[in-house]
Amino acid sequence: MKKNKAAAAHEPLVRMVKRDSMPRGKSILVRVIAVLGALLTGALIILALGHNPIAVYANMIEGSVGSPLVLIETIRIAIPLLITSLGIGLAFKMRFWNIGAEGQILVGAMAASYFALFQFQNIPRVPLLLIMAVVGTLAGGLWGLLPALFKAKWNTNETLFTLMLNYVALAFLSYLQNGPWKDPTKRGFPKIAMFDDAARLPKVFGIHIGWIVALVLVVIVAVYMTRTKQGYEIAVVGESTNTAKYAGMNVSRVIVRTMFMSGALAGLVGFLQASGADYTITETTAGGVGFTAITVAWLSKLNPYVMLFVAFAIAVLDKGANTIQTTFKIPASAAEVLTGIILFFMLGCEFFINYKLIFRSGRGKD
Amino acid sequence: MKGGPPLSQTDTAICIRNVTKTFGSVCANNRVCLDVQRGEILALLGENGSGKTTLMNMLSGIYFPDSGEIFVDGKEVVIRSPKDAFELGIGMIHQHFKLVDVLTAAENIVLGLPGGVNVNRKAIAAEISGIAARYGFELDPNKKIYNMSVSEKQTVEIIKVLYRGANTLILDEPTAVLTPQETDKLFAILRNMKADNKAIIIITHKLNEVLAISDRVSILRKGCCIDTVETKDATVQSLTEAMVGRSVSLEIAREKIEKASDRLRVQGLTCVNADSVKALDNVGFTLRAGEILGVAGIAGSGQKELCEALAGLYPIASGSVIYVRDDGTAENLAGKSPTEIIRHGVAMAFVPEDRLGMGLVASMDMVDNVMLKSYKNNKGPFVDRKAPKKLADELIERLEIVTPGTSTPVRRLSGGNVQKVLLGREIASSPSVLVVAYPVRGLDINSSYTIYDLLNEQKRNGVAVLFIGEDLDVLLELCDRVLVLCGGRLSGIVDGRNTTKEEVGLMMVHVDEEKALAAFGERRADA
Repeated sequence: MKKNKAAAAHEPLVRMVKRDSMPRGKSILVRVIAVLGALLTGALIILALGHNPIAVYANMIEGSVGSPLVLIETIRIAIPLLITSLGIGLAFKMRFWNIGAEGQILVGAMAASYFALFQFQNIPRVPLLLIMAVVGTLAGGLWGLLPALFKAKWNTNETLFTLMLNYVALAFLSYLQNGPWKDPTKRGFPKIAMFDDAARLPKVFGIHIGWIVALVLVVIVAVYMTRTKQGYEIAVVGESTNTAKYAGMNVSRVIVRTMFMSGALAGLVGFLQASGADYTITETTAGGVGFTAITVAWLSKLNPYVMLFVAFAIAVLDKGANTIQTTFKIPASAAEVLTGIILFFMLGCEFFINYKLIFRSGRGKD
Repeated sequence: MKGGPPLSQTDTAICIRNVTKTFGSVCANNRVCLDVQRGEILALLGENGSGKTTLMNMLSGIYFPDSGEIFVDGKEVVIRSPKDAFELGIGMIHQHFKLVDVLTAAENIVLGLPGGVNVNRKAIAAEISGIAARYGFELDPNKKIYNMSVSEKQTVEIIKVLYRGANTLILDEPTAVLTPQETDKLFAILRNMKADNKAIIIITHKLNEVLAISDRVSILRKGCCIDTVETKDATVQSLTEAMVGRSVSLEIAREKIEKASDRLRVQGLTCVNADSVKALDNVGFTLRAGEILGVAGIAGSGQKELCEALAGLYPIASGSVIYVRDDGTAENLAGKSPTEIIRHGVAMAFVPEDRLGMGLVASMDMVDNVMLKSYKNNKGPFVDRKAPKKLADELIERLEIVTPGTSTPVRRLSGGNVQKVLLGREIASSPSVLVVAYPVRGLDINSSYTIYDLLNEQKRNGVAVLFIGEDLDVLLELCDRVLVLCGGRLSGIVDGRNTTKEEVGLMMVHVDEEKALAAFGERRADA
């Protein structure tokens, strides 16, 4: 049929059309293309900074997984990220936007540190470490419980609430550093003392045993989310609280219970970091892990097994960034830009998975 | 009135040629052709999902066709936005009103129109009154929307379109929210507009209305335009067959009640909503085992609150809901949570009106949805998906649910199939009370009849069925008794066998104190 020329000119250039479900293979391909696109965009930025992108990327890989020594460092970065994103994933599955993992980590670390700093003479090593783990986990869980109780009781906004609690935790740590827990041997510097050897986590294959804990937790959380009644309740509450109530679920209890677990995992991270990585507690013990873990959880679509890989990939970027900083004098924040670009591309590619674009000529294009 | 006078004018207002629109793999409109003349009322008939609204949305600039041409007054046009549609004189009155509650009728009508800083309210009011008088509307231009009834709001929507100079009007199921009396008034107005040489397209699936108002009928089926017939040559039966594609029986079976022991005695039920307004005001009735009790009323008269209060989801301010067991022992359910109601051995299946928002979890598959209420039944911390999987397979077979499989998210299923999953799950729990709210909303004729059969089967099994409906014809044909709500109050309970639609319609808008008292007395006698 003949098209009216004037009419055709008025037809919109691009139109969005919702597509049917995309086959699994194709959607994976789209995501791979998105990652490549992100790396390419990153390369342009590196180029603009006056460096050879291939050399920079190679250096990042070399500096993060190139030798057993750097690999251990990378894994040490990945451990807290992974466990924290498991915890955040639980809350996110419930559509409870817990962005307070940072504070939950610090509170867990502080609780564990109390025993490491002041009770190490009274308790043998194994019980001491176990007590520290339990106390750290509980403290993180209780810190996560606060916003959940308020949400369940008065429907407060959990995003603001959890965010603000981060600063409360940080300020309290600062108080401990400057006051009651200040190390007298540091001659006035507001520092907390290093832990005794008894309060330091043992190593397996050169890395503190947190990595074993993390791997076990991945499986436990995955099974919990997909196979248990409680995991099912989390998914239903996340989808619709009305449906959950209709099905006879106690929505408040599900929210409170899940947030306790979410905070508890973050609290456990606090213990692992203090006792396994830093051997003390500082304002950088959490070090933004609580926020980066949000990225990890989101990129993994809340799938614990995928989190394992994403957490490692982010750790590679992080470690690689430090390497290029020394080799090429590129600021480490450049790597953060790269992480941001990857996240942007990953979220952006969801659009192409859900919609297709139709151009004026009428041809479909991905 | 059947049909219309012979068309004096034959100017074609709108001419649609070979328009196609797809959503994903779903073809909503497939090479549809349609004509409307000036001074004509065209009814667009089709089952849900046959593409009526999609086609009209393309005329009003909400969707853009994949291919095909649209001519307005003989010229080919491209409609890219609602603004384009307005400029071509096409106005659509949507099913869901798009009005600002806190503004007056006049303010809503002129909203968004170009004009100076100063608004001459008097001139606008005069012009609106002029339009109203011309076509026979009754409207106070200075009344706020929130003080208006549904019918008045619809009037505002129609005048809004006329004020903008539309000479082609599209009405999407305008009578779905009206009482029979209001419908008659609307039809009188539509005839006045027709006499004024406007072109009118009315979307509906109520066949008797099609016969009463239209000049011609275009029938869509599965996205294709099947036929266009002169209304005077059509009958309910012929239109149904064209719409469904084969002959169907339009009889709804209603069996005699065998045993009629009381199952649920509701007394003085009062619920207060978030705005401290009584959503239900002293409502009382008895629901018997083995009967279908219908609930009629204008949308928002307290039906939702009634259902949810019975299921323990809506707080009850005062009154009682007495559940009577087979052995005669009774228990008050008021104030108990849904879980407690289930735990007390009270089987109450509740099919909420908001299917995907409340009854089902849209992103989960059928197995996970089927176990929504029973997932706690097995011991231990793990869910058992074997029994639900078996039940899901059974439901697919028994209720002829069309789905790629039990692992497809229910959001991908069509409305009728979603409803079957929900109703199937509730029935599978062998309830003693079944509350269903708008179970056939959005369903095609065939699926609707499957649902009616299911409800009748439950009735035979001695289940007390409370059926919240919107189509009075169906309510009066299916239900043994019909309870009428008006503004949260009980307007009366009538016998479905010897009551007319008009009587129920009157009760829906007006509480006759005597009748209400009589219903109250009857209830007393029951108790």
